[in-house]
Amino acid sequence: MKKKEWPLFEVFIRSKNGLEHRHVGSLHAADSDMAMENARDVYTRRAEGVSIWVVESRHIMASNPEHNGELFEPAQDKVYRHPTFYDLPDELKHI
Amino acid sequence: MNNKLYEYLLMLGDNSMILGHRLSELCGHGPNLETDIALTNISLDLFGQVRSYFQYAAEVKGGEFTEDTIAFLRKDREYRHVLLVEQPNEDFGHVIGRQFLYDSYHLPLLKQLTESKDETIAAIAHKSVKEARYHLRFSSEWVKRLGDGTDESHQRMQKAIEHLYPFIFELFQETDIEKEMKELKIGADLSRIKEESMTTIGEVLADATLKIPESAPRMAKGKTGIHSEHLGFILSDLQYMQRAYPDMQW
Repeated sequence: MKKKEWPLFEVFIRSKNGLEHRHVGSLHAADSDMAMENARDVYTRRAEGVSIWVVESRHIMASNPEHNGELFEPAQDKVYRHPTFYDLPDELKHI
Repeated sequence: MNNKLYEYLLMLGDNSMILGHRLSELCGHGPNLETDIALTNISLDLFGQVRSYFQYAAEVKGGEFTEDTIAFLRKDREYRHVLLVEQPNEDFGHVIGRQFLYDSYHLPLLKQLTESKDETIAAIAHKSVKEARYHLRFSSEWVKRLGDGTDESHQRMQKAIEHLYPFIFELFQETDIEKEMKELKIGADLSRIKEESMTTIGEVLADATLKIPESAPRMAKGKTGIHSEHLGFILSDLQYMQRAYPDMQW
């Protein structure tokens, strides 16, 4: 008999200083309640976060790497979409 | 007085230490990675509490005593934990059952101790109460999952509860030291804890579709140093390093 595995969940954590939830990893759990508890134990042991999201991996639609050409390459020769044509004052550091 | 406070601190610390040790035996052997980490986290929480209690106990006792000598160099009759926490892991049902029954006592205990007249005990309880609240949440969720799960998980959880339930009554049996600490408003009132604890147990077991066993309470005397045969094996692991290499340091 094949051993039944719990479904995979993706975990997103918002850190103390962060504004957005970031993907931190994945884990197995029987349902989303358990995924939440597991995420707390696996990913927030060192006070990394103030908020957790979990979502079952199968609900995430991922782009197909084979389609990278049509999806992403057309943007590459359109330099005018990047705001690089401005003269910035030296005092501005983080742009 | 100091000696009684010392004994009381041992009662508080030893329960956490022996339960923490039992959980540490599972480190790397949990049913899966996530649960393994969760149980090890709980173990580490408990050992953190133990350190606080024993550091304070060493201060109260004075002389040569340190947290390490208190943890590692006592004889079996000098340990003050209840028999529930030394019960072996057996299977995941037993691990969860033991944890749940203890947590249902531990949380109300710590809630009361945050009001202790002894400021150090109150501070330790204040820090630990959030940990215990999480432990209870974790263990009661698992009792419900296993109890209300498959036929096999239900049956094994029920079996674990049958074995462990009679041990909880020892927790509520007041010793002379606990009585005195209660009267001085340093320690907790076990009758109030019992009320809250039994309510929690009743609710969770009902949710879990498990039956409360009818077996008679085990009248054990762990708090006065009389333990089961399990303790010798636990101590031979726990004390090995200090006995083999006295005064060794990390």
